[in-house]
Amino acid sequence: MLASGLAERVAYQRWTRLAKPAVISFFVIAALLVPQFTDRRDTLNLLFLVYLYIAMAQSWNILAGYAGQINLGHAAFFGVGAWTTRGLWTDEDVPFFLAFLMGGLVAMVFAIFFGLVTFRLRGVYFAIGTLALAEALRITVANLLPNIESLPGPTIARYELEPRYYLALGLTLFAAATVWILPRTRVSLGILAVREDEVAAEASGVNPLIHKLIALALSSFFAGLAGATFAFYHVSYYPAFTFSAVWTFDAVLATFIGGIGTVVGPIVGGSFFIIVRERLAVSLVEVHQIFFGVLFIVVVLMLPGGLVEAWFRLRRLVVRLLR
Amino acid sequence: MNLEPVAQNLVFGLFVGGLYGIAAVGLSLVFGVQKVLNVAHGSLIMLGGYASFWIFTWYGIDPFLAIAITGPLLFAFGLVLYFGLFRFVTRLREEERIKNSLLISFGLTLVLENVAIQLWTADERAITTSYAGEGTTIGDIAFPYTRVAGLIVAAICVFALHAFLTRTFAGKAIRATSEDWEAASLMGINVQRTYAVAFAIGTALAGIAGALVGVSYLIAPSIGLAWTLKALVVVVLAGMGSIMGAFFAGVLLGLAEALSIYVFGTSYREVVGLVLFVLVLLVRPQGLFGRR
Repeated sequence: MLASGLAERVAYQRWTRLAKPAVISFFVIAALLVPQFTDRRDTLNLLFLVYLYIAMAQSWNILAGYAGQINLGHAAFFGVGAWTTRGLWTDEDVPFFLAFLMGGLVAMVFAIFFGLVTFRLRGVYFAIGTLALAEALRITVANLLPNIESLPGPTIARYELEPRYYLALGLTLFAAATVWILPRTRVSLGILAVREDEVAAEASGVNPLIHKLIALALSSFFAGLAGATFAFYHVSYYPAFTFSAVWTFDAVLATFIGGIGTVVGPIVGGSFFIIVRERLAVSLVEVHQIFFGVLFIVVVLMLPGGLVEAWFRLRRLVVRLLR
Repeated sequence: MNLEPVAQNLVFGLFVGGLYGIAAVGLSLVFGVQKVLNVAHGSLIMLGGYASFWIFTWYGIDPFLAIAITGPLLFAFGLVLYFGLFRFVTRLREEERIKNSLLISFGLTLVLENVAIQLWTADERAITTSYAGEGTTIGDIAFPYTRVAGLIVAAICVFALHAFLTRTFAGKAIRATSEDWEAASLMGINVQRTYAVAFAIGTALAGIAGALVGVSYLIAPSIGLAWTLKALVVVVLAGMGSIMGAFFAGVLLGLAEALSIYVFGTSYREVVGLVLFVLVLLVRPQGLFGRR
């Protein structure tokens, strides 16, 4: 019995070691090939949104899931990234890829200052303090830039969906890879220690502020790049819209529903969020918000690991039933 | 400089401030007693506004009298919310409790806001009474009746709450529980029931605030976040959990906003409050009226 159980387990582990990279490469290759097989704009637009949301969720997840800081001002980084990239690209004629990178970097520099102020607040005070600052910024942007922002005519004439698709896909893979590598680095030990107990971490010689700032810098870099991607994708929008708290709230929902503090969680959560939203949007306008609100409450109360945990629980249940 | 417009502005700031005060008192009570940070408070204000709007539209009952209906209505709704949702977080440690209640009430905000859109559309509405726009002038300063009545109602509610908390047995039980729930429990106080009552009172206060918002401002499903932030700003200015402090901090914020118009212009009125909020959090986390 024991020997056969052991053999089974070894076989299973060998299988998962092969299966995981196989599944990941299958999905990545499939995602890369989608534009070759379809030119349906609705499919590409939907997938673009899925990638954008995964990237936003992933970036929020870095600070919330690994450093334990609930940042409700995340939209500010998205907005700063979008504003920087759009401004450099369309007004200053900087090559797009450079403008794109600057979007992430400027958001990161902004986030460092943002963090130096807000990290003086702890726990829930940090959460509401960041929300207040981001809202103040949104109102200020709405006052200073009240006009709709549009791509110049020649750019619209040359507009193609495919590069947008690949940019978003690349960003998502980059973000997921970063979150996958993060726990395997030395600095993450400090970040995780701060999440578990800030006082104990400090007593062990880990500087909480520095580690929180590192997590925030990474988080805001990807949020800024997501904003830059949005600025590349959308033909026209109000600048204040990119600073709207909706970007934060959707990232929070996607991360929690998928599974906070994991790589897979934001991927599952982001895809689930967009696909369910599109499904429900066909029938009625904002029903998805009710659905996600309820689901979010259920996750917080009963399933802190989100859909990822639900999946593992289900699998364990099936395994037990099959024995 | 002509002082009349300044005085008029300050008077309006006072009226608005009273509204901020009553909007914040419920939030402060709930936070102080059970360490539940209810960011759905603004959405409850929105619900209260709709309740009194429909009572006024369907039955023609004056919104100030309708408070006698909306208050108990929201009180009952608060009990439902407490036993359906917030009861589950009161088992947790204080820090976890605050965090989880923040998350749950965030989900609740989404649900309430979008249910309201489904039921009543996203249109903005206002309660327009027959005497709306009428008022009296003292000197050259106008005092609209609805605003004066709103301030009076807000002040009465806050003083009634204060009397309830200091003079009655149930009120003392609430204060005892907020100071140390374990000790209160050992003294024979039913902590769960006390929490439920405190939460329901907080919700009822949000309902009353909503009725006053409906008379002097607009109601729409999306006003929740803005009022939650406003209430949070006031609560933090006052010091978390301070009841009378929250009311006076509300008045102070109303006056500060009124004065800030002269410096930054009307479009930055909200920004002033939010920045003030972060500054107070940083410099004096216990609030202006708090003790630590």
